[in-house]
Amino acid sequence: MNKPTPAAGAPAPLNRDIKTIVNAGLKRRHAAERHFRWYGLIAISLGLAFVVLMFANIIGKGYPAFWQTYIQVPIQFDAAVLDPDGKRDPQTLANADYAALVRAGMRQLFPNAQGRLELRALYGLVSSDAAHELHRRVLQTPALIGAEQELWLLASANVDTLVKGNIDRALDESERPIKDNQIEWVNKLQAAGKIEKQFNAILFSNGDSREPEQAGIRGALMGSFYTLLVTFLLSFPIGAATAVYLEEFAPKNRWTDLIEVNINNLAAVPSIVFGLLGLAVFINFFGLPRSAPLVGGLVLSLMTLPVIIIAGRAALTSVPPSIREAALGMGASKLQMVGHHVLPLAMPGMLTGSIIGMARALGESAPLLMIGMVAFIVDVPKSFMDPSTVLPVQIYLWSDLPERAFVERTSAAIMVLLAFMILMNGLAILLRKRFERRW
Amino acid sequence: MIRQKLALAVAATFILAGAAHAQSARDYISIVGSSTVYPFTTAVAEQFGKASASFKTPKVESTGTGGGFKLFCAGVGVQHPDVSNASRAIKKSEVETCAKNGVKDIVEINIGFDGIVVATSKKSKPMALTIKDLWLALAKEIPDPATGKLVTNTLKTWRDINPTLPANKIEVLGPPPTSGTRDAFVELVMDHGCKEFPAIKELEKADEKKAKAACQTIREDGAFIEAGENDNLIVQKLAANPNALGIFGYSFLEENLDKIQAETINGVAPTFENIADGKYPVSRPLFVYVKKAHVGVIPGIQEFIAEFTSEKAVGEEGYLGKKGLIPLPDAKRKQVAADAKNLKTLAP
Repeated sequence: MNKPTPAAGAPAPLNRDIKTIVNAGLKRRHAAERHFRWYGLIAISLGLAFVVLMFANIIGKGYPAFWQTYIQVPIQFDAAVLDPDGKRDPQTLANADYAALVRAGMRQLFPNAQGRLELRALYGLVSSDAAHELHRRVLQTPALIGAEQELWLLASANVDTLVKGNIDRALDESERPIKDNQIEWVNKLQAAGKIEKQFNAILFSNGDSREPEQAGIRGALMGSFYTLLVTFLLSFPIGAATAVYLEEFAPKNRWTDLIEVNINNLAAVPSIVFGLLGLAVFINFFGLPRSAPLVGGLVLSLMTLPVIIIAGRAALTSVPPSIREAALGMGASKLQMVGHHVLPLAMPGMLTGSIIGMARALGESAPLLMIGMVAFIVDVPKSFMDPSTVLPVQIYLWSDLPERAFVERTSAAIMVLLAFMILMNGLAILLRKRFERRW
Repeated sequence: MIRQKLALAVAATFILAGAAHAQSARDYISIVGSSTVYPFTTAVAEQFGKASASFKTPKVESTGTGGGFKLFCAGVGVQHPDVSNASRAIKKSEVETCAKNGVKDIVEINIGFDGIVVATSKKSKPMALTIKDLWLALAKEIPDPATGKLVTNTLKTWRDINPTLPANKIEVLGPPPTSGTRDAFVELVMDHGCKEFPAIKELEKADEKKAKAACQTIREDGAFIEAGENDNLIVQKLAANPNALGIFGYSFLEENLDKIQAETINGVAPTFENIADGKYPVSRPLFVYVKKAHVGVIPGIQEFIAEFTSEKAVGEEGYLGKKGLIPLPDAKRKQVAADAKNLKTLAP
C-alpha cells in the first residue's frame, strides 16, 4: 500500500482540509435540517388546524340537532271525535280529525288565547306531525279512545330553535320567525316544566321531510347502504379477478400494458363522467329506473373498480415469489398456487384497498346527480329498486333549503357521514395491522 | 376462496338480471325540475303522501328548470317523469321537443309568485335602488352620458351611478347563468333597466340583437360575483361583508330577517303584500307542468294536482305561503284550480 504522494503545488494536507470544510459547512447543514423539520411541522400543524377547525365548526353547529324539543300537552282522546259509531273501524280511525285533539289540548294549556290569529300562533307551537303521532298511538292501543293523557308532543322547528337559543329574543318581532306571544307561551311552558329536550330519534328513524323537526336521514342511510352493497358485490369480485388475472396469468405484452395504462387512467377520471356514462348506458339503454340504488351502485362500482384493481395488484406483487415457486415445486397447478397461497396472503391488502374505494364511493354525490338520486324521498327505501337518495346528497339538499333549522341538521348529517368514513378507514387500518404479513 | 368469489359474482349477475325484469309499472309520481320550485313541490308531495293512505309519496328531483324539461320531454311512458317544476314558462323550443317525442298534451299550472330580492347586511344603511341603477351597476357596456355611444362600464362606486347612493364599492353577489333566478333577474331587471336610456332604444330600432346583448350582458370585472346556486351561501357572505349586495329568492329573505335587509326597488319593498299585488317589479311566476298522457296511468296524479291547487296549499294562508311562496290573486287562483281540475292543456 503505497501512500500516494501529493502532487507538487497541491493545497495543504488533505486530512485537515476535509475537517475544516466539514466544520465550515456543518452549521449551515444543521440549520437546513432544522429548517426542514420546521417546515414539516408547520405543514402538519396547518393541516391539523384546518381539520380541527372543520370538526369544531361542524360539531359545534350539529350537536344540538341530536336533541329535540317536546311539549307536554294534555290530550283527551274524545270518542265522539275519533270513533263516533264506536265500531273501532280502522278506516274511521284513519280519517278522524286528530289535529282537533291537539288543538283542544293546546287551548286547554292556554285558555286565554283568543281570536283566529292568536289561536293559529298557539297551534303553531307543536309540529304538524303531532296529529299523526296521535293516530299512531291510537292504532297501537285502541283502548286510549275515551281516555285522557299528558303526552309529550313534538314541538315545531321554530320553538325548537328558540329553546336551543338560536333565535335572538331581543330582536324586533318582525325580524324573527316566532311571534312575541309565542315566546311568552314558551316561557310559561318552560317555567311549568312542560318543555323538554329529548334525544332526537326522529333524525334516525324518518326519511326526508320539508318540516325540519320531522326530517331524518334514515332514507338516505338506507339508500347509501343499498348503493354500497351493489357497489361492493360488483366491484370487489370483478376487481379481484382482474387483478389476479393481470398479475398472475396474463402474458406481459403490449396489450396488457395498454390495459394497465387504461385502468390507471380510469382511476383518475372525474366522477361526473361516470354519472353521464351511467345515464347513457344503464338508464337510457338498459331501461333501468331513475333514482334506484341499483343504478347508483352500478355507476359507483365503475368508479371504484380501478381503485380496487390497482390496490389488488399491489397486494399481489407484495407476495414474495418464493411462495409461488414453493407451491409450484410441490406440484401445485397455477390455479392451486394462486387460490391456496397467493390470494389468501394478498387478501388483507386487497380488502384494505376495497374499503378505501368504498369509503370514497360513500362520499360521492356528483355522478348520482345524473341518474336522478338528487331527489326528495320521504319513504325509506326497502329494496334495490325503490327510489332513494344517499347521505352526501341529503347533506347537499338540506344545505340549500331556506329554513334555519336545517342548518343544524345538515351539520348533524355531516357528522354521521364522517363517523361512517372514520369507521371504514379505521377498519381498513385494522385489517392491515392484524393480517398483513411483511416479508 | 375462488368458489366464494364465484358465488358472489353469480349473485351479482342475478341482481342485474332481476332488475331488468323489475322495470315495469311505477306506483309513485316522478317529479323533476327547478330547484326554486323544489321547496314548494316537496312540501306538497309530503302532505299528499301523508294525507292519503293509498298513494305513495311522490319523488321530487332537483335538476334545474332546463334539465327538468329535457327529461320531461323525452317521451311518454313510466321511465319518463310525470311532472316538471319550472321557475319560468315553458319555451316554444321545449314544447316542440316535447311534441317531437310524443308528449303532446301538457297541463300548465301557475302555482304562485316568487320575488327576487336585492339585499344587504343589516349593518349597512339601506339604499333606495331603481332598476336603472341596478342596470348601470351591472351592465358590461353602458351608454356614454355625453355621446350616447356604448362604452365599457367603469363605474366603481354606487355614488358614481346616483349621487344619492353611498360611496361604497359596487359588489353584487348573484347566481350563475345556469340558474333560473339569474334568468329571471336578467329578464326583469337588466332588460327593463336598459330601456330607460334613449341610446339603447335607438340601438334597438337599428339592431335588435345588438341591443339585447347590450341589455343582458353582465360585467365581468369583479363588480358582479357569481356566488353559486346555494342562496344560503349568499346570505352568509352578505352577513360577513356589509358592503356587498346579494340577489336571491324571497323565501331566503324571510328566514334571515335578523341578518339581512332587502333594498327597495323603484321605491317598493319586497314584502309579501307588495309581491302578491304585483307592485314589486322583480317577481316571476312559478309553474308546474303535468304530462296529461300519464294521468290515469301513474296512480294519484289528479289527486296530486288537486292538492297542489287547493286553498290549503296555495291559498292566502296556505302552507306554501309559510315556505315563502307568494299566492296568486283570488280570481286567478280559482281559475288556475279549475283549469287544473279539467286538465286544460297548453294551446298548441
